Amino acid sequence: MAEKVLMIALSPTMDSGLIARWHKGEGDRVEIGDVICEVETDKATMDYESTQEGVILKQLVKEGEKAGIGDTIAIIGEPGEDISALLDDDRPLSGAGLSETVHETMDSLKGTARDSETAIDQGSGKAGEIEGGRRIKASPLARRLAEEGGIPLDRIKGSGPDGRIVKADVEAYSAGLDNDTHMPAVDKAPAMQTVAKKPFDRQAAVDKAGVMPADKVRYVPVTGKRNIIASRLSESMYSAPHYYLTVSVVADNLIETRRHLNESTGSKVSYNALLIKYVAEALKRHPMVNASWLGDRIALFTSADIGLAVAQPDGLITPVVRDCGNKGILAIENELKDLIEKARNNSLLPEEYQGAGFTISNLGSYGIEQFTAIINPPASAILAVGAMKRTPVVDDDRQIAVKTIMKLTLSCDHRVIDGAVGAAFLKNLKDIIEDPVSALY
Amino acid sequence: MKQDFDYDLLVLGGGPGGYVAAIRASRLGLKTAVIERDKLGGVCLNVGCIPSKSLIHQAKMFDSLGELESLGVTVDRKGLDHKKVYSKSRKAADTLSRGVSYLMKKNGIDVIQAEGVITGKNEISLSTGRKVTGRFIIIATGSRPKVIPGFEFDEKYVLSSTGALMLDKLPEKMLILGAGAIGVEFAYIMNSFGVEVVLVELMDRILPLEDEEISSLLARSFTKAGIKVMTGAKALSVSVEGDKARVELEDNKGTRSAVTVDKVLVAVGRTPNTDGIGLENIGIATEKGYIPVGDYYRTSVEGIYAIGDVVNTPLLAHVASKEGEIAAEDIAGISTQKRIDPLSIPGAVYCEPQVASFGLSEWRAKKEGVPYEKASFPYRGAGKSVAVGQPDGFVKVLYDPRTKELLGAHIIGADATEIIHELLLIRAAELLPEDVASMVHAHPTISEVVMEVMRAVEGKAVHV
Repeated sequence: MAEKVLMIALSPTMDSGLIARWHKGEGDRVEIGDVICEVETDKATMDYESTQEGVILKQLVKEGEKAGIGDTIAIIGEPGEDISALLDDDRPLSGAGLSETVHETMDSLKGTARDSETAIDQGSGKAGEIEGGRRIKASPLARRLAEEGGIPLDRIKGSGPDGRIVKADVEAYSAGLDNDTHMPAVDKAPAMQTVAKKPFDRQAAVDKAGVMPADKVRYVPVTGKRNIIASRLSESMYSAPHYYLTVSVVADNLIETRRHLNESTGSKVSYNALLIKYVAEALKRHPMVNASWLGDRIALFTSADIGLAVAQPDGLITPVVRDCGNKGILAIENELKDLIEKARNNSLLPEEYQGAGFTISNLGSYGIEQFTAIINPPASAILAVGAMKRTPVVDDDRQIAVKTIMKLTLSCDHRVIDGAVGAAFLKNLKDIIEDPVSALY
Repeated sequence: MKQDFDYDLLVLGGGPGGYVAAIRASRLGLKTAVIERDKLGGVCLNVGCIPSKSLIHQAKMFDSLGELESLGVTVDRKGLDHKKVYSKSRKAADTLSRGVSYLMKKNGIDVIQAEGVITGKNEISLSTGRKVTGRFIIIATGSRPKVIPGFEFDEKYVLSSTGALMLDKLPEKMLILGAGAIGVEFAYIMNSFGVEVVLVELMDRILPLEDEEISSLLARSFTKAGIKVMTGAKALSVSVEGDKARVELEDNKGTRSAVTVDKVLVAVGRTPNTDGIGLENIGIATEKGYIPVGDYYRTSVEGIYAIGDVVNTPLLAHVASKEGEIAAEDIAGISTQKRIDPLSIPGAVYCEPQVASFGLSEWRAKKEGVPYEKASFPYRGAGKSVAVGQPDGFVKVLYDPRTKELLGAHIIGADATEIIHELLLIRAAELLPEDVASMVHAHPTISEVVMEVMRAVEGKAVHV
């Protein structure tokens, strides 16, 4: 017997999903567990695995269209079955031509209708409304307030026990606040909404014939590492409000310090080891820069665990030198050498590359003068180190002198590090690099 | 990045705030220790709620002998031995304190028997000379009876509530300074056991924070029972004369008088135990003795929380416990409510008739200009209260005129401290009056007054 395929909640916060792609067309046979379509939600695109078996007799929602939870998206059955009864009682209005706006209006109309049902329900003493198999949990007081304010309950996310809508949620909704946090809902402005709801189809853009002939495109599979880099850095870039501070540092003293160190110890210390040590000293004085945003609180790290971005043939990794505040430059250098070696051999252990409280990325050796880096979570800041370059500068005596300038750019997560805090840290770091003795002050 | 600590959580104080926080934390997987200088269970369990409820229960039994006598039974009241009454109350306290020890053991919580002083963000120094460290600290050091100058406790003539609980012999006459919950409960206990009681209150009514009608009904009931109630009166001084205490009083008109009694109980409030616990070492400044806290009872110092009587929320055991749970859950990283809704905290006074309330009261609504409507229902309208001979009392509710949201409830009468919770559920679950008005209640019960007052909100109370 033919059955409806309903849109289900594929993530806890999802209230509707967009059919990104049908994997099974009308007439295709489907087994339990087969992916019938890809559904795009507020958070991600997910595979919809069938819990039914049979043949797709009808697709009711087209690719690019949205369906609310509980809406029928397809009918599954055996070929030749009469499905008119199933079609009749569901979504008579869902057509391809309906624009987003019309959907919106329908949604809110539906919401209002539900509310008047609520009123009737209460009058007759029923427990609550049921529509499309879904009962909206709301306290009686919240229902009354929603009813009075003409607010559709299905638009509100409940914060009470078991997701129940309570008074505060209705009040927050009508005050235009975000339902989750009861904070101003900046991302809910209508213009933004329309933009956000039209997903950019990259494949379609790539496929556009003429612009890019199909035989001129080569596809490379995405490795696990590339996937992690992609998702972690996107997450960081889009969730952490970045801002950038750049400072020019006179590096002659750094060069001299390194030369002196190498001469007196007979070793070969890298600039990175020196920079790591200097950063650790500056972090001691600016603990908020060695911290992590956790949403409801901020973790302040008491140890300076500093990561260094190391390029690999197939990506990059950030080995971490722990507790640099309590280590000497030579110790840091030895560890760093070891870690970089392992990074290039792909043999780093998770505890050797996870949990940096601060990161350094140095592209100076490529001649890059200045760049901005993306923060490497859980850290809240990353230092982008540019090339050392002899530059004419006007010194304190108004004389032109040739000095080695190195540009440092600090990317900060503004949720943790305010502008003045980031600036004070960077100034401190500059002072230490130019006059390492100042680290002892 | 990780620093090693002896514990994930150190709880300073093992009262109803501290030990509940510790249990919650331990169940959430935190390695927890409780530091307690005296007995587990704190004031509440050892020298507060619990032993006083034992005394009240016994006082009530003794008091109801009059009813037996009305049936023709003769009882020799002279046989009352207060030592036995007292030791029963101690037994109750000890049983429960041992119960808390058991709970600590069962939940794998270390109990450190010592006085602790915070000496660092993650460190508490113990009176035993040892130091313990913890990633987080919850301060739950509670409070002690407030001292008023000139009436310092000697626990011989001038008693604190602790001293009054420890009496193993009844005085003939007692003067009680302060008619808050503690003063009123002792007035009831002592009067029931036949002690002559003078109850003195500085404000113009007893239980000055409760509903005004409740204060006056209780005052009438107390006066009828033989308690001398003096409101708007101030105690000026106390002096020991022979084996008696002489207290000089002044009424609000300036007229002075003196009362000579065996014992004076000073119950004028409580002082938070925030001195001598090392707050200065971590840079926490108190406000009026209380530790300022934000959401989840976090103090200004990262990783340090404060709950219960040391923070400026109602000084009640159940408030401390809930605050302890909220803090522990926050430490464990579980998102929960940020703080207790101040309008949803029940208060209970265990004299007879009992008093229980929560939320907005009329005097406060008027003072703060909060719009409200009210409904009330008398106890005598419920058959049960008449049948059991306790017809005095009423329930009063305040609600939002527009939405009918319950804003507060006030009960005086039999079992008030139990039936308050149905009303509290209405508020907490955001039910509407009609939800409870239409719910069938067993007949005859005292709880019918709750149903009736909700019907009264709807304008359709039956038994009035």
